[in-house]
Order: sequence, then structure tokens, then C-alpha cells
Amino acid sequence: MRPGVLHRLDLWARNISPVGLTIVLILMSVVPTHIPGFASVVPQLALMGVFHWTVFRPDLFPLLGVFAIGILQDALSGAPMGVNTIVYLTVYGVVLGQRRFFLGKSFFVEWLGFCIIAAGAALQSWLLLSAYYTHVMAPGPVLFQFLMSAGAYPVLAWVMGRWQTSLLR
Amino acid sequence: MASQRPGAQTRVDLIKHLLQRFAYVGLILAAFAVMMLGKAETVIVEEVRARINDAFAPILELVAEPAATVRSYLDEGRSFLAVHQENMRLSEINERLLKWQTVARQVEEENRILRDLLNFQVGPQARYISARIISDDGGTFSESMLIYAGAKEGVKNGQAVVSGEGLIGRIAGVANRSARVLLITDLNSRIPVMIEQSRARGILAGRNENKPNLEKLPPGVIVSPGDRVVTSGHGGAFPQGIPVGLVSFVDEAVIEITPFIDSQRLEVVRVVDYGLDGILDRRSLTTDLPDEKPVFPPNKTAEDQTVREMKTVIPKPGTERRPSEP
Repeated sequence: MRPGVLHRLDLWARNISPVGLTIVLILMSVVPTHIPGFASVVPQLALMGVFHWTVFRPDLFPLLGVFAIGILQDALSGAPMGVNTIVYLTVYGVVLGQRRFFLGKSFFVEWLGFCIIAAGAALQSWLLLSAYYTHVMAPGPVLFQFLMSAGAYPVLAWVMGRWQTSLLR
Repeated sequence: MASQRPGAQTRVDLIKHLLQRFAYVGLILAAFAVMMLGKAETVIVEEVRARINDAFAPILELVAEPAATVRSYLDEGRSFLAVHQENMRLSEINERLLKWQTVARQVEEENRILRDLLNFQVGPQARYISARIISDDGGTFSESMLIYAGAKEGVKNGQAVVSGEGLIGRIAGVANRSARVLLITDLNSRIPVMIEQSRARGILAGRNENKPNLEKLPPGVIVSPGDRVVTSGHGGAFPQGIPVGLVSFVDEAVIEITPFIDSQRLEVVRVVDYGLDGILDRRSLTTDLPDEKPVFPPNKTAEDQTVREMKTVIPKPGTERRPSEP
């Protein structure tokens, strides 16, 4: 039954790739770039992963996966544990409810949708952090991070779209 | 996926849907619970974070090194373009440093003689642990970095982290082979410092922005831009005299410090093991103090304190005396 096992293994590897790819995005966002000032505005790469895969392949993007991705992002970035987890879970819930709106529309609509969702996520994380530290955080970095995320989305969406069409069928 | 007819909702589907809803709400609540536990400084949350960091540290280390190599090539290319200017600047600095070297030699010798005269005991010798930085500072959410050295190498909570230029931060969270460095710019960072010239002690408080503030200076201290700030060695974790930064801005309310280090450009740091328990071990702090006396600077209580003054324990927020006021 050799081909059967291999085939199943292959299918399995393909099916976990959305979550795997998002984890790679998290790692990419924490690796030191040594570009002055870049760390404060590094785009929310994992958020793009969560958004994209929730819209296009929610069947391969389980709820527990989202939770794990959030915890990993918090642990590695040094943010208070749970902040990004809540944000990603919220995004997942909202996007899953609205995904029919995005399917089959032009890329521009998808991008616009991401911008709105990312703005909401930025606002939410700012509120959560301010509550956590009981200190009104400077809104500047969160705003710039949102702008960077919005700007970087088309590139990443293209990569993930290619991945999706070539590997996931 | 099994073939689905659109609109055909069986009872199983409905139950699945409800379970999904339930799981979703449950996980959000779980995330909130994690956040609350973290806020209450529960050990288990930090333990989980440490474990996760440890698991991913080798991967990050693997990626960080080529990234650093690429960057060093870029830097080399850039420096070729400015080689003449750089040369001029360096020879100028060299000239100045040579003068200082002479001064330092003289002072060192004088110091040695005076120490011998006084039978002065030098503080404990520091041990250094070098480590590579494997993650960028958290940016928006916190100012901290991961380093590739942990409990195995002898890194402990509370130890100072320095580079050639000065103080970077302290260790906050140690895993087996990785540790988190809380930068001096982080909102939670409080470092006992002093102004080098006047020896006035204060606390360096981070704000999640580039420039931390100098707080809790004794009243009447005159601070002006350009003053050097160094660690004071109080609290038992840090050696005295690690350079921290320059005073860059002073007004009625705030004193801003520009740190000497640029956390973005760091690649390798040194963890200073001073052989002391450090600032985070509360037991060692409380046993140092006599039990019955409140923790006030002795010079204030001794001389001109009256009964009236002793009643005021906690100043209302915003009414503390500012350092610039007489």
C-alpha cells in the first residue's frame, strides 16, 4: 500500500499548508531585519494569512489553528499573551460571517475588505493593550502598522493565491 | 470534502454548526483568560511563553544569521561610498581619544594608589555571557527581543544586558536556551540610574517610545541636556556605571533620555552576570531592610522631618514635586 500512504501523506501536507504558511509568516515578522524603525511598523503578516485563508479555504483553517497562531504570535513577539489571539479570533469570526461577500469578487474588493478588517483589528489591539497596561498607548505605531499591512497585502495575497491554485486545487 | 448539495442542511450539520459556535466563544474566552492570567503575572503563562520561545529559538537563530550576513554585505557596500569621509572622521576621533587615553592612564594609576591607601574593596567581578539576538523588538506591542542563550548558559531573570555602547535592558523571562530581553524603552522597564556628574539618583522609565523618561529624581537637582546618565547599581542587579544615555530634553514635567544604543542595529549582546540575585528576587530585597522602618531615604527623615510630614504617605498622582521645581 505504498502509494496509498504516500498519497495520503502528500494530501495531508497540502492540507495543513495554510496553517503552516501562516506560522512561517509569523516567524518572518519577528526575524531581526536591522532596518531602523522597521520593527515598530512591520506589517501584520499573520493577520493577512488569517484573513486570506479564512476567506478562501476555511475548511483547511480550523478554529484551533487560529488560536494556536495567535498564541504563537504573542509568545514570539513579546506582546501580552492573548492579545493577538483575541484579535485573530475576532477577525476569523467576522470574516467567516462575511466571506460570501468576498468570494468571486474582484481583487480590489478583497483588498478593501482586508483594509477594513485590518483597521478594526488595529483598533481592537490598541484598545486591548491600553486596557492591559491601563495606560493610553500612543496610537501612532498601530496606525503605521495598519498602513504597512494594507500596503503589503496585495503582494502576500498574490503569493498565497498562487499557492492556493497550484497546491490546493 | 464530501459532495454537498447547496441548501441541504441535515440535523448533523446543525449540531456541528452549534458546536462550532460554542468552540468559537469558548476559545475567545480562553484567550481573555490567558490575558488576565498574564496580567496577574501568573507563572504558568510565562512558562508557556518560555517553552514556545525555546521551541522556535533554533529556527529563528538559523534565519537570523543569514539575515545578519546579508545586512553586513549591504553595510559594507554603503561604507565603501563614504570611505573618505569616514577616514577623516575617524582620524579626528582617534586624535581626541589618544588625549583621553593619556588622561585615563594617569587617572587609573592615581586610582590604584588611592585604593591601596584606603584599602578599598572593589565590587564583585562581573561575568559576561554573549548571545545572538534572534528576534526583532516587538514594535507596536512591547519593546523586547529574544536572545539565543538561556538557563543553560547561566542567564537569570533581572540580569543586565549590554553592548559596547551601553545598557540595552534586562532579562525578563528565561527559557532553557533562549531568554527575553526587556529593553529600557519598554513601558514596563524601570532602571535605577543616576546622573553621572551630580550622582543624583533616579529611575529610568520606558514608554514604548524611542526615548525613555527620567523620573523620581530628588527635588532640587539641576538637569540639563547633554548630561550623561549611567546605572546607579541600586537594586542589586546591575553593576554601577553602565552608560545608559544622554539627557536630550528637559522641561517642567519630563526629562527625556536618548539611549546610547540603537536596538535596531544590534546583533550580538552581552548578558552581565554580576553574581547577585538581582532586582527580581523580592525575598532578597525585603530581608535587606529592617522590618519596622518604612522605606524612605534616610537623609530626608533624619534632619528636618516633623510629625506633620510623617502623615503624608502617598502623594496624589500628579502632585509630586517635579525635579525642576525648587
